[in-house]
Amino acid sequence: MKKLVDLRNITKSFGSQIVLDDLNLYIRENEFLTLLGPSGCGKTTTLRILGGFETPDTGSVIFDGSDITKLPPNKRQLNTVFQKYALFTHMTIAENIAFGLKIKHKPASYVKDKIKYALKLVNLDGFENRMPDSLSGGQQQRIAIARAIVNEPKLLLLDEPLGALDLKLRQDMQYELIRLKNELGITFIYVTHDQEEALTMSDTIVVMNQGYIQQIGTPESIYNEPENAFVADFIGDSNIIASTMIEDRLVQILGARFACVDEGFGRNKPVDVVIRPEDVELTLPEQGTIRGEVTHLIFKGVHYEMEVLANGFEWLVHSTKMFPVGTQVGIQVDPFNIQIMNKPESEDEEAVGVNE
Amino acid sequence: MNRKALSAPYLFWITAFIVIPLGMVLYYGLTDKTGAFTLENIIAIATAEHSKALWIAIKFSLESTVICLLLAYPLAMILAGMQISQHSFIVFIFILPMWMNFLLRTLAWQTLLEKSGVINNILGFLHLPALNIINTPAAIILGMVYNFLPFMVLPIYNSLTKIDPNVINAARDLGANSVQTFARITLPLSLPGVISGITMVFVPALTTFVISTLLGGSKILLIGNVIEQEFTQAGNWHLGSGLSIVLMLFILINMILTAIFDKDGEGNAL
Repeated sequence: MKKLVDLRNITKSFGSQIVLDDLNLYIRENEFLTLLGPSGCGKTTTLRILGGFETPDTGSVIFDGSDITKLPPNKRQLNTVFQKYALFTHMTIAENIAFGLKIKHKPASYVKDKIKYALKLVNLDGFENRMPDSLSGGQQQRIAIARAIVNEPKLLLLDEPLGALDLKLRQDMQYELIRLKNELGITFIYVTHDQEEALTMSDTIVVMNQGYIQQIGTPESIYNEPENAFVADFIGDSNIIASTMIEDRLVQILGARFACVDEGFGRNKPVDVVIRPEDVELTLPEQGTIRGEVTHLIFKGVHYEMEVLANGFEWLVHSTKMFPVGTQVGIQVDPFNIQIMNKPESEDEEAVGVNE
Repeated sequence: MNRKALSAPYLFWITAFIVIPLGMVLYYGLTDKTGAFTLENIIAIATAEHSKALWIAIKFSLESTVICLLLAYPLAMILAGMQISQHSFIVFIFILPMWMNFLLRTLAWQTLLEKSGVINNILGFLHLPALNIINTPAAIILGMVYNFLPFMVLPIYNSLTKIDPNVINAARDLGANSVQTFARITLPLSLPGVISGITMVFVPALTTFVISTLLGGSKILLIGNVIEQEFTQAGNWHLGSGLSIVLMLFILINMILTAIFDKDGEGNAL
């Protein structure tokens, strides 16, 4: 698919603080791409550079084949859905939605049709004459989306649009956004710090930390094959254990040898191993590769969360089977579920990779 | 019960210093020297001397309100656009003169503007023509603008800082250039502050007599001067009160207009 946006060598600092350091990223047409990371990782700054609200110190923004680095926001063929909605409180819902179209001097009948269409699209028919203040948070967010998409942008930027909503509403809106994206065929760039939101909605996730891209990939690959400890730790719960790669397809974890599927790390090489809590299988003590004792047990609804002390490490385990505290258990891991990662080699790489 | 008790000092205050004086003004304004009811003191506004004073007062206060607005809006925008660390200092600088007595500040202008005052000394030293604005309408309006400008800046500044920067960004994002964004978003959203500022400048300017006395000599009489003279020099409390009632009506009209425009009451939060 065609590249719609290309960010080339973007660097941005505020005062002495470097927010983005030589960022390179492209977004394909019709992609749902999520910038994911903790606060201060540079994701919002990246979005603001795309929207035209910040100018990068160096580098260029290529949009649809032309350089828009210096273009003001009103000249860009993209629209933004802002955090906390940013509706025009002195205008009715219809006037809010019509704002962009009226600026572009579209005929009145066209504007009227568009308002109706947009309100239908976000399931708020008949809200034309209401004022923004009389709407709930979820409704205001829908209006903010409607206000952006009536302009038929090629690219929609969403800056933590669901951050102010409660959990249930947030989940509903996630499905709503996916539906909208499919109906409209617009490219979405979505910024969030919520990994669940990112995993649910995205085609591509870009994990960022301290101004650097940590990993780009599909939700599955980000979750199942994190490239470094930061990504593994940020996306979901995980057991990250310093280990040694004995040889291809054999790794020594906490003194015990586990079969794995990774190759090419070399012999007797120190590595980090990631094992997701749901991939740790608890067995009878004699059947496990290593043995341990259950130290904590919490019922989580779908599963039990347990901690197992084995060979000096507290293993986090999610299982539908319950093992009471004090039970002696064995631990087994399927070779496919052991993810091997290179240890950061230099201190520089360490700063890029892991921020604990 | 407890709550009612807490409001007692406040009720006493309003009664002693607002309700009773107002009642006295009404009593004096609507009676003659014998104590009989009359509308003469009110109708007295129609005499050439009084209506001229009222007209000049309205004209001067409108002019100074407009000048204040034109000066204050850009200033408030600059202040609101600054970072917190910078603007709190500048707001402080701006409020600083307000801590000094109003009379002293106006007297200072008298000294500055006098024929042989500070400004003309400097102009003379530079061999420039002297400035002759003391005892002219210009001096009075200057005094009004100087004294009341902060009351225009602060409410406008307040309403501007309340606007979410992302609302401005959203307008730009939807295709509005900076002029369109100002006209359609910033200005309408700051209107409560503007209206509040207009009231806070217009009302004191309309009723002032100190500024016109000190900077206008005794040549230019505003309605405030006329009322003051009736009380202090002529000793005619009845006429003074009658004219005060007329002036209050004008202020009341201003307040009603303000209330109509400023529905949310936002701009009043100083």
